[in-house]
Amino acid sequence: MHILDSVDAASLRNDVPDFRAGDTVKVHVNIIEGKNTRVQVFQGFVLGRQGRGVGETFTVRKVSFGVGVERTFPVHSPVLDKIEVVSRGDVRRAKLFYMRDRHGKAAKIREKRDFKTAK
Amino acid sequence: MTATRNVKGLLGTKLGMTQVWDENNNLIPVTVVQADSNVVTQLRNAERDGYVAVQIGYGQIDPRKVTKPLAGHFEAAGVTPRRHVVELRTADAESYAAGQELSVEIFAAGQKVDVVGTSKGKGFAGVMKRHGFHGAPASHGAHKNHRKPGSIGGASTPGRVFQGQKMAGRMGAERVTSQNLTVHAVDAEKNLLLIKGAVPGARGRVVLVRTAVKGA
Repeated sequence: MHILDSVDAASLRNDVPDFRAGDTVKVHVNIIEGKNTRVQVFQGFVLGRQGRGVGETFTVRKVSFGVGVERTFPVHSPVLDKIEVVSRGDVRRAKLFYMRDRHGKAAKIREKRDFKTAK
Repeated sequence: MTATRNVKGLLGTKLGMTQVWDENNNLIPVTVVQADSNVVTQLRNAERDGYVAVQIGYGQIDPRKVTKPLAGHFEAAGVTPRRHVVELRTADAESYAAGQELSVEIFAAGQKVDVVGTSKGKGFAGVMKRHGFHGAPASHGAHKNHRKPGSIGGASTPGRVFQGQKMAGRMGAERVTSQNLTVHAVDAEKNLLLIKGAVPGARGRVVLVRTAVKGA
């Protein structure tokens, strides 16, 4: 599909930070209510990234009032105000579905200590 | 039959499909068609030809491969030879001039178009794939007839199989028209048409994009 790369380039965002499964992120989502727009922040760890190109998505999971909440966002969606990487996680999988079955202390992801902070 | 509608059309190459964001931040599947180097090669008029149409040429071809009659035909229009030629019956053929170049800007975003192409060939296909027959059960005593058509007609009356009986055979690689597709965007710089949804044929094949026959 290299032939359509120039078409796709217009749909891709270039302000997407480098992040992967296990990272804790703050996703700033623009929400339109009638005429007003406000920014809602969804913070959690990245369960995984799916797909590639314009249609690539990532799933963020958090536990809110004891209930697990997962939201899936398109990486290049214009709805996203920004994606903020809070911390890097030390994980050995690309998809962290096993985290859904964990509670309490077992549901913690160790932080990757030796990563270089992105400029 | 005389053309009473004003039809615009272009030949182009299907580059493939991708997705783009629309103004409501929804992801829209689009087919990208490259329609460069379209040129008017001849005008048909009622007096000489008996019908009114505009003839459009498209695509590069090695000039040495063009037969003498065709080379003369293109020279009469004052254009370099093209690989593909198509005629569009349109009432406003007089508004075109031979040799005129046509750009993708004759279409606008939001317009309804029909796309004509040659579908992908499927080879020799059975009745389930080719005609959507249901076949036979996977179990419950079904024996070696899972994808067979079943009965194809009567016995000694009529004593033959009716013409047009749906059977297995060659499928695909035929002219297919997808109607009422929406032009999502027009890129005049790169001569690209972004058409919402799928269009017939494989990537790299030539398709005809024209104003929709039905609808507004």
